[in-house]
Amino acid sequence: MKNLSKKNVLIALGILFAFAAIYSGCNQSKSTMSGNEAEQVYVAPGTYDEFYMFASGGFSGQLSVYGLPSGRHFKTISVFSQNPETGYGYSEETKVMLNTSYGFVPWDDAHHPELSMTNGVPDGRFIFINGNNTPRVAKIDLKEFETTEILEIPNSAGNHGSPFVTENTEYIIASTRFSVPIPQSDVPISSYKENFKGTLSFIKLDPATERMNLAFQILVPGLDYDLAHAGKGPSHDWAFFTCYNSEQANTLLEINASKNDKDFVAAVNWVKAEQYLKEGKAKTYTTEYYQNHVDKKTQVAISEKKTEVKVLDPKDCPGMIYYLPTPKSPHGVDVDPSGEYIVAGGKLSTVIPVHSFTKMLKAIEDKQFDGDLNGIPILKYDAVIAGEVKDPGLGPLHTEFDGNGYAYTSAFISSEIVKWKLGTWEVVDRIPTYYSTGHLCVPGGDSKKPYGKYVIALNKITKDRYLPTGPELTQSSQLIDISGDKMKLLLDFPTVGEPHYAQAIPADLIMKNSVKFYKIEDNGNPYAIKSEKDARVERKGNEVHVYLSAIRSHFAPDNIEGIKVGDVVYFHVTNLEQDWDVPHGFAVKGFNNSELLVMPGATRTIKWEPKKVEIVPFYCTDFCSALHQEMQGYVRVSPANSNIPISFSLGN
Amino acid sequence: MVTKTRVMLFIASILLVLTFFFPLWSIDLHAPQYPEGLGIRIWVDQVSGLKPNDLQSINGLNHYIGMKVIDPETIPELKIMPYLIVFMILFGLLNAYLKKPKLVYIWLILFLILGAVGLYDFYMWEFDYGHQLNPNAPIKVPGMTYQPPLIGSKQLLNINAVSLPAIGTIIILISILLTVFALYYNSKALKREKVNA
Repeated sequence: MKNLSKKNVLIALGILFAFAAIYSGCNQSKSTMSGNEAEQVYVAPGTYDEFYMFASGGFSGQLSVYGLPSGRHFKTISVFSQNPETGYGYSEETKVMLNTSYGFVPWDDAHHPELSMTNGVPDGRFIFINGNNTPRVAKIDLKEFETTEILEIPNSAGNHGSPFVTENTEYIIASTRFSVPIPQSDVPISSYKENFKGTLSFIKLDPATERMNLAFQILVPGLDYDLAHAGKGPSHDWAFFTCYNSEQANTLLEINASKNDKDFVAAVNWVKAEQYLKEGKAKTYTTEYYQNHVDKKTQVAISEKKTEVKVLDPKDCPGMIYYLPTPKSPHGVDVDPSGEYIVAGGKLSTVIPVHSFTKMLKAIEDKQFDGDLNGIPILKYDAVIAGEVKDPGLGPLHTEFDGNGYAYTSAFISSEIVKWKLGTWEVVDRIPTYYSTGHLCVPGGDSKKPYGKYVIALNKITKDRYLPTGPELTQSSQLIDISGDKMKLLLDFPTVGEPHYAQAIPADLIMKNSVKFYKIEDNGNPYAIKSEKDARVERKGNEVHVYLSAIRSHFAPDNIEGIKVGDVVYFHVTNLEQDWDVPHGFAVKGFNNSELLVMPGATRTIKWEPKKVEIVPFYCTDFCSALHQEMQGYVRVSPANSNIPISFSLGN
Repeated sequence: MVTKTRVMLFIASILLVLTFFFPLWSIDLHAPQYPEGLGIRIWVDQVSGLKPNDLQSINGLNHYIGMKVIDPETIPELKIMPYLIVFMILFGLLNAYLKKPKLVYIWLILFLILGAVGLYDFYMWEFDYGHQLNPNAPIKVPGMTYQPPLIGSKQLLNINAVSLPAIGTIIILISILLTVFALYYNSKALKREKVNA
C-alpha cells in the first residue's frame, strides 16, 4: 500500500515535470523569435502577397482566401452554406445551387480544397471542395472566386475522401467515409458485414464545357474510405484511397475499429476502370442525385435531377483494384512529386509507412498476394513497402512535399511537424505546433513541382495562443519557414471556420485572370435591364416583377405604388456600374430572406411577400458613393382589396 | 521642285493617315479611388475612354457636380474632322505631284489655321463642360468650375486632371515640320543648282 502510493507520487511528479518542460518549451518558442521573422511575413501596405492560400471552412461550409506570407484574410467564398451577406443561396439565381436529393440543404462540412491541375501542377483555373455531410463536390471558378457548380454524389455517406484530382484534372475522385447499404435498404445496423458497401466515385471534368459529370463509381467492400490522392508521372493511371475499419465494426469504432495492426490503402487503376466502363462492364444503378451549375451566359443556376449512375463491381473487373496493407488506421495518403512513393498517415501507427509504386506493380505481376477481401487481392506488405519512417511523432496524419527531396508530416497527438527525407526515411527536423495539427500545406505540396518555401500547420486547437473570446476560440494556422535546414515558426494567423486542408498557389497564376466586373452587354439574365430606360414594374396576377437598376447614387424606379398585401414581389436588381469594386446592395424593410449584393454588370433577384399595409423603404446596403445614404426608395403596400394600379417613378 | 522635296511632301501627307489610328489628345484623371487610372482619349472622329468603360465612369462622376454628359454623338466636330484630314492628305499629295511651292505654302498656312481653330474649339468645349453646370447638382462648391486645362495639370476637387497632346497631334506636328523642311531644302537645292549652273 505504502509502496503503491509512493509510486503514485513518483508518477504525479513525472507528469508535473513533463508539464513544466512543455510549459518552458512554449515560453521559449514565444520568446526566442529573433526579429527577422517579422520582416519575413511583413507585406508592406499596398503591396501583394506572394501566394494565395485557400483554406477549407470546415463546419462553416465555406472556403476562405488568404495571402501568404502575411496571413491576411481576403474573402470567404460561399460554397455549401447560405450567405446573407451576399444573398448566395437566398437569391432566385443562386438558391438552387443547394438543391440535393434531400431537398434544400443550406449547409455542409467542407474539408478539402483541391486546385485543378495541368501536367500535375496547379493551373489556377478552378478549386474543388467537398461537402462531407450531404455528399457533394463543388467547383469554384478562380476567375470570379464564385461557386459555379455543385454535384451531389449518390451511393455515398460522408464524402470525406474528396475531392482529389488526377494529373490533368481528367477526374475528380471521391470516396465514401461511411459504408452503407448500396442501394439503400431497411436492414439492421448489425448486418454491416453482409449488407454495407463503400463506393469510390470518379467525376469527369468535361474539358470543353468545364462541367462535372459523375462518370462511374466502383463498388468496394464495407470499410471506411477516408482520404485519397491520385498518382502522378509513372503512377498517373492510378488513384490511392486509405481505408480504416478493416474490422468492419459498426459500433464503438474507437475501440472496435482499432484492433487490426494493419488496414489498407486501396490502389485503383482508373484507366483500366475507364476501359471496363467502355466495354460495358458497368451496371446501371437507379438512384437520385442533383447536379447544379451556373449557366455561363445567364449567370443563373440550373438544377438538374439525375436518376442513374454507372457502377463497376471489382468482381467483373480483374486488375482494377488492389489493397496494400498499411499500419494502422491510416488517415491521409499522399503521393510524392516523382509519383513513386505513396505515403500513408497511420494515425495509430508508430511508423509512417511508405509504399513503392514500382514494387507495387512488380508485386501485382508476381501475384505476391496475401489473401483477398471480398475477391479484391491484398498485396504482401513486404512486397510493396519502400520504407518506414521511424519515430515520426504520435498520430501522423498528412504529408506534403517541398520538391527538394523532403517530406513534412503532421503529427496530431504530439503536436508537431516532422521533416523527413525521401529514400533514407530519416527524420531530419521537427518543430512543435500549437496545437494538434491536422492537415498541413506546402504551396503546391501535393503536385509534381512543389513551390516549397513554407509549410502551414492547420491546427485544431488554439487554447492560449490568442486573446480569449469566450468558450469558442478562433481557428488557427501557423506559417513555418522551410527554406533552410531548420524549420522556423514565423506567424500565427486566425482562419474562418475549421480549416481542414488548405492549398496555396503563386498569386500571379490567378490574379492576372481575375474578373473586375461583368460587361453589361453580356448580361444574359432574362430579368436584366441594360439601361435605366428599361426600369419598370409589371404585374402578372398576384406576381409583381420589379426591374430595378442601381447606379451611383440612385435606384430606378425609387417610388413604387400599387403593390398589395398577398402579392409575391420579385426585385430583379441590375447593377449598371461598369467599374471595378462598385457592388450595390439592396434590402427592403422586413425581408424574410437576405439582402442582395449585386456585382457591377450583374443581375440578382430576391423574393418579397409584403404582409402589412405600410410604406416600406428600401436602400443600398453597400456604401457605394458619397451619396450612398441618398440611394433609397419607397414601396407603397396597399390592402389586398385595393384598386391602386401599379405605378413607378424616379425624380418627379 | 527637286525630287527629294517631292518625296518629303509625299511622306508628310501619307503620315497624316496615322492620325486615324492614334488619339490626338489625352486627358488623364488621377484620384485616390482610381489607382488603375481613368482617362479620356480624343480622336479625329471620336472620344473614348482610356479603358473600355472610362467614359461611363467619368460621366458617372461628373453628374455629381452637374457637368454635362460627354456624348461623342453630340459633338459635330468629330464628324467634320476626318474630312479635313482627308482633304489635307489629298492636298499634300497633289502638291507632291504639281511641284508648285506656292501651293505648299497655302497648305502650310491652311493647316496652321486649322490647328489654331481646332485648339480654340477644344478650349471652348472644355470651357462649356466646366462652366455650364446643372443648378440641381448634388455637389455645389461656391465659385468652383471644372474646366480641364488645355495643356498641363489642374486640381479639380479630389481629381487631378492632366491634359496633353497625344501621338496624333505629334504626327501632325511632324508632318508640318517635314513640309517646312521640304520647302527649305528645295530653296537651298535650287540655289545650289543656280550656282553650279
